[in-house]
Amino acid sequence: MPNLPLKKEIFLTGLWKDNPVLRQILGICSTLAVTNLMVNTLVMDAGLIFTVCMSSLTVSLLRKHTPMRIRMMVQTLIIASYVIIVDIMIKAYLPDISEALGPYVALIITNCIILGRCEAFARHNPPVASFIDGLGMSLGYSLVLIAIAFIREPLGFGTLLGFRVLPEGFVQWTVMIMAPGAFFTLGIMVWIMKYFRPQTKFGEEKG
Amino acid sequence: MDPINPLTLFFAAIFTNNILLTNFLGLCPFLSMSGRKKSALGMGAAVVFVMASTTALNNLVHYKVLVPLGLEHFRFIVFIVVIAAFVQLVEMTVERFFPALYFSLGIFLPLITVNCAIFGASLFMVIRKYDFVQSLAYGVGSGIGWMLAIIAISSIREKLQKTAKLPKGLEGPAITLIITGLLALAFLAFSGMIRVQ
Repeated sequence: MPNLPLKKEIFLTGLWKDNPVLRQILGICSTLAVTNLMVNTLVMDAGLIFTVCMSSLTVSLLRKHTPMRIRMMVQTLIIASYVIIVDIMIKAYLPDISEALGPYVALIITNCIILGRCEAFARHNPPVASFIDGLGMSLGYSLVLIAIAFIREPLGFGTLLGFRVLPEGFVQWTVMIMAPGAFFTLGIMVWIMKYFRPQTKFGEEKG
Repeated sequence: MDPINPLTLFFAAIFTNNILLTNFLGLCPFLSMSGRKKSALGMGAAVVFVMASTTALNNLVHYKVLVPLGLEHFRFIVFIVVIAAFVQLVEMTVERFFPALYFSLGIFLPLITVNCAIFGASLFMVIRKYDFVQSLAYGVGSGIGWMLAIIAISSIREKLQKTAKLPKGLEGPAITLIITGLLALAFLAFSGMIRVQ
């Protein structure tokens, strides 16, 4: 059982020091796709946090019973089961947002952060530590998504969470709600992050 | 709505609805593999093949097995398993019968299982209710579109490494994202020519 400072360390590593999006450049598919509206981003974040925490916990609980050779398959199936729960929940309670998110909820399955955490952390560590690690990583991921949405929605629509924040006369930057705006925003954020803390390593090869 | 002509769908998937540049799918391998043109080409070819086959295969599985049994909610799991099994099968076949091909393409195959573009194409196929021929056209088109994008980016990056002096922190993923943004902007010029959802 890890002691308290260690848990805090694990949590902060995921949240900021090794932030999955800005430092490890993982899981950016959905980062870019859902961030043109803050509402979509928040729903996506909630789904992702649930999936990462629960699947890290489950993989960790099963870590002594999973044969080495088929562990990837087992992990994927665990993740997929949780994503199905999330998908059904969103469809039932937030049908409009489910429509807008389209396939991206299901794409949480192939989000490399989750499999990355299962593979790198949860399968060697006890359940509580894995849960905290998942929480830190997914919160770090959510923070970045919210930051990107915070730039894209006001510039693209002039609103934030549906409320108008920029004056009526503001000429909307249509490019910000379309694909290029997302690439530019994330590119510049990664650049700033790397500028201040350049020792990052790049080369994870997971989709 | 009239059924969309498969040929239209094919071109739409390459240009107006490019899976990478408008739907952001398959970005992770895209960023890590686009450093060199040779590996970009190998990865692209593998993606075209696997995407075309699995989209068509998943179409059959969805409409012939899952819908009659009322198991649509389990399609995520089933699709993932189909993709993983297919990739494994192809890997073993290629390794056994075409060793030369295996050394140039084989190393990219395991990476493909976790490529979200492949899975995404299957999901779009279900959401947009494509039939079998349309799915095949969509799968091939999306694969070629992905390949086109990764080859374009890797060529630009190779040139950039030789000639340009980048500011601190911009090299690597940051500049790749910005170039991709510019490429997506260029591809926006195609939009409106064909309208597919």
